[in-house]
Amino acid sequence: MIKLDVNGKQHQLDVAPDTPLLWALRDTLHLTGTKYGCGQALCGACTVQVDGAPTRSCVTPVSAVAGRKITTIEAVNTDRVGKAVQDAWRKLDVVQCGYCQSGQIMSAVSLLRQNRRPSDDDIDNAMSGNLCRCATYVRIRAAIHEAAKTLA
Amino acid sequence: MNTIENLSRRRFLQGSAGLTLGFCLPALAAPVAGPGKAGEGVVGPIHFEPNAFLRIGTDNTVTVLSKHLEMGQGTYTGLATILADELDADWNTVRVEGAPADAKRYNNLFWGPAQGTGGSTAMANSWEQMRRAGAAGRAMLVSAAAIKWKVPAAEITVRDGVVSHAQSKHRARFGELAVDAATLPVPTELKLKDPKDFRLIGKQAKRKDSADKINGQARFTQDVQLPGMLVAVVAHPPRFGATVKSFDARRAKAVKGVVDVVQIPQGVAVLASDTWSAKKGRDALSVNWDESQAFTLGSEEIFARYRELAKTPGLVAHQHGDADQAFGKAARVVRASYDFPYLAHAAMEPMNCVIRLGGDGCEVWNGEQMQTGDQYALAGLFGLKPEQVTIHMLYAGGSFGRRASSHSDYVLEAAQIVKAINGRAPVKLVWMREDDMRAGYYRPLFHHALEAALDDKGRLTGWRHRLVGQSIVAGTAFEKNLVKDGIDQVSVEGAANLPYAIPNMKVDLHTPKDIPVPVLWWRSVGSSHTAYSTETFLDQVAEAMGKDPVALRLELLATHPRHAGVLKLAAEKAGWGSTPLKPGKPGERRGRGVAVHESFNSYVAQVAEVTVAKDGSIKVDRIVCAVDCGIAINPDNVRAQVQGAIGFALSAALHGEITLKEGRVEQGNFDGYPPLRIHEMPVVEVHIVPSAAAPSGIGEPGVPPAAPAVANAIAAATGKHLTRMPFNTAELAA
Repeated sequence: MIKLDVNGKQHQLDVAPDTPLLWALRDTLHLTGTKYGCGQALCGACTVQVDGAPTRSCVTPVSAVAGRKITTIEAVNTDRVGKAVQDAWRKLDVVQCGYCQSGQIMSAVSLLRQNRRPSDDDIDNAMSGNLCRCATYVRIRAAIHEAAKTLA
Repeated sequence: MNTIENLSRRRFLQGSAGLTLGFCLPALAAPVAGPGKAGEGVVGPIHFEPNAFLRIGTDNTVTVLSKHLEMGQGTYTGLATILADELDADWNTVRVEGAPADAKRYNNLFWGPAQGTGGSTAMANSWEQMRRAGAAGRAMLVSAAAIKWKVPAAEITVRDGVVSHAQSKHRARFGELAVDAATLPVPTELKLKDPKDFRLIGKQAKRKDSADKINGQARFTQDVQLPGMLVAVVAHPPRFGATVKSFDARRAKAVKGVVDVVQIPQGVAVLASDTWSAKKGRDALSVNWDESQAFTLGSEEIFARYRELAKTPGLVAHQHGDADQAFGKAARVVRASYDFPYLAHAAMEPMNCVIRLGGDGCEVWNGEQMQTGDQYALAGLFGLKPEQVTIHMLYAGGSFGRRASSHSDYVLEAAQIVKAINGRAPVKLVWMREDDMRAGYYRPLFHHALEAALDDKGRLTGWRHRLVGQSIVAGTAFEKNLVKDGIDQVSVEGAANLPYAIPNMKVDLHTPKDIPVPVLWWRSVGSSHTAYSTETFLDQVAEAMGKDPVALRLELLATHPRHAGVLKLAAEKAGWGSTPLKPGKPGERRGRGVAVHESFNSYVAQVAEVTVAKDGSIKVDRIVCAVDCGIAINPDNVRAQVQGAIGFALSAALHGEITLKEGRVEQGNFDGYPPLRIHEMPVVEVHIVPSAAAPSGIGEPGVPPAAPAVANAIAAATGKHLTRMPFNTAELAA
């Protein structure tokens, strides 16, 4: 049994310790907002926050995050930064297919928590691990600036 | 009164046939698109359903049924915008639901009797259909109000979901009239709006799928969970054409969670209670492959064969004048040849499909792009009638053509697994990224050879263009319409219909039939390579003629005003010829390049600005784009699609390449096949040409001009004309 703290709720999971957090979230806890894209931390679609830090859940075994504070897209609106990012995403209609956007938002929220006025370079550095095959990058950049503005 | 063209009317009426007017039983009215919801008989508000595309609930909710897949291109929003405008609905109360698979009601009007999404046709084929669907609903609500209030229908106005009669001060929201409206006959004569009265079309209707896609609630195939469902991960052959000789499942079956291992024509499937267990089981399998019939050539050998073929005449796809004579008389000939690799779609959501076999049919959950084809394919496999195949169309996490598989490949793979276990559990087939990238169905590898003849006065007198590449549509249901006299039209689109006024022209094609690598449409299809070869070659010709690339194009486009229109606009907005590029840092070379191309009846011109570093690395700084896609239904979505299309095109220009070595695909994940990342994305400016023409596509047409515009900018910066994609930056080192 592995104890996971996900979005403020405690869970006991009967999964193999090497199970990636991604699949425990999706298949066991049915939190399907976190997406599978590559399985090798190359695309960022699976990004969640572990103790606030953006983490690729597809290569993070559940055993490594037992007892730590995990936040997924489903709970990102519970704080001010998360809400500001989601609002900016909606205002600018960032999404296209939407599949990568949970991961994009989780990375953007982590960035803005650390840096309330990110420059374009800061955004590139923080977001270059998150692929978007629809290439919504122009709007991701604009939405992060927009969220920063509303948080100022 | 808007006169109705007969064919359209017939189609509309046909489209409405068989609809139950009046009250829908709640059980039947329950949304069927939600995974796990089917058959539960969700009780919702009774609604008015004037046609196959519209339901109005007594709770004022306006539901638009989309016959087309939402894969990011904004179709749900676009279709709803058209309908809601004619209905005069309140945009905030409009929701969109995926329509069921039923070609009788939901066929793509450009595809005859088949339902499906592709070729940037969603808005174009639905334009009048959705307008009429909205207008019919509006007319019935007005009639219901007129009867209820005993006032003349002509005095009734509708706006933002409210029906009102000024004189009597009667007012009702749609929901209050829905029950009455449902009892009225569907009007056959409809008055459509004068475009100047549009309130949503051409304005700012926000995306309908934004909310669900930012909070993790949007449902993709990957997210489907059904009671008792098993997840399948498949061991696929290492080469195209290889088959299973034997396999040992002991180690796979020892993995906790694995419940079964079955052989299917596509390989060996491991079924488990969850994805990770299925993957571990698949990885633990040991399979002996029979590779005696497998394809063993590499990309380089294929290119070599194609180059040989290009030395001989192919089937003529287009000719006018006498090209050979023009070349005979030429004072100067410009030549170039081009290589284009296989390209994977690499949608962020790898292919997947959920199938449940039930008492009287089968149910499919899929980001469904080819309803009718998949229904027939599954019906064939299961011994069912096509209408016994129910398809729940979910959001697709990208497609770019991949889910429009005219071979139903991954859908049939899921079905084979269900069949192999005798339908005892619903199955979700999950492809890992490597399965997706190595499965084929690529943009075909192509070789092009181009020649231009200049006469003794330096005039462009002849153009010969030879293409070599596999046919996408051969052997599919599309062959009948798309292969003419041996020419696959999608192989030569953009080349055979080159718009430039060149007096003598010949385009011919070789279609090798001995390469079994599966190929498929990839965002912008033939234009993904023809725009590159024609537009970069024209720049080489301009250079030889000593002409400015924009000026030469405009000269040759005198009878193509829409091409010329976007070209002029993009050139003007980019400051072509008026604002010189700022020089780069020491050692950097900068350049500006242009390309214009029509695809799917939309016209796009782009001006790219690039910086080439000393080591040859390329930074695309800015792309200024002008687009003419007829009436822009959602201008912001047009901008979004063009921005995204440019990013998609740059992925291929800068990085994208699927290569075979001894028949094996060398790439498996995003390390070997890297899509563009945010730091590589240029500034993009999109300018839309105002138009009263019927809407044409926008999902694809932004792709073709991007790579040639960038290549032409690189040539302007470095003097090197790149003839191979992806670009080889080593060629550009100073």
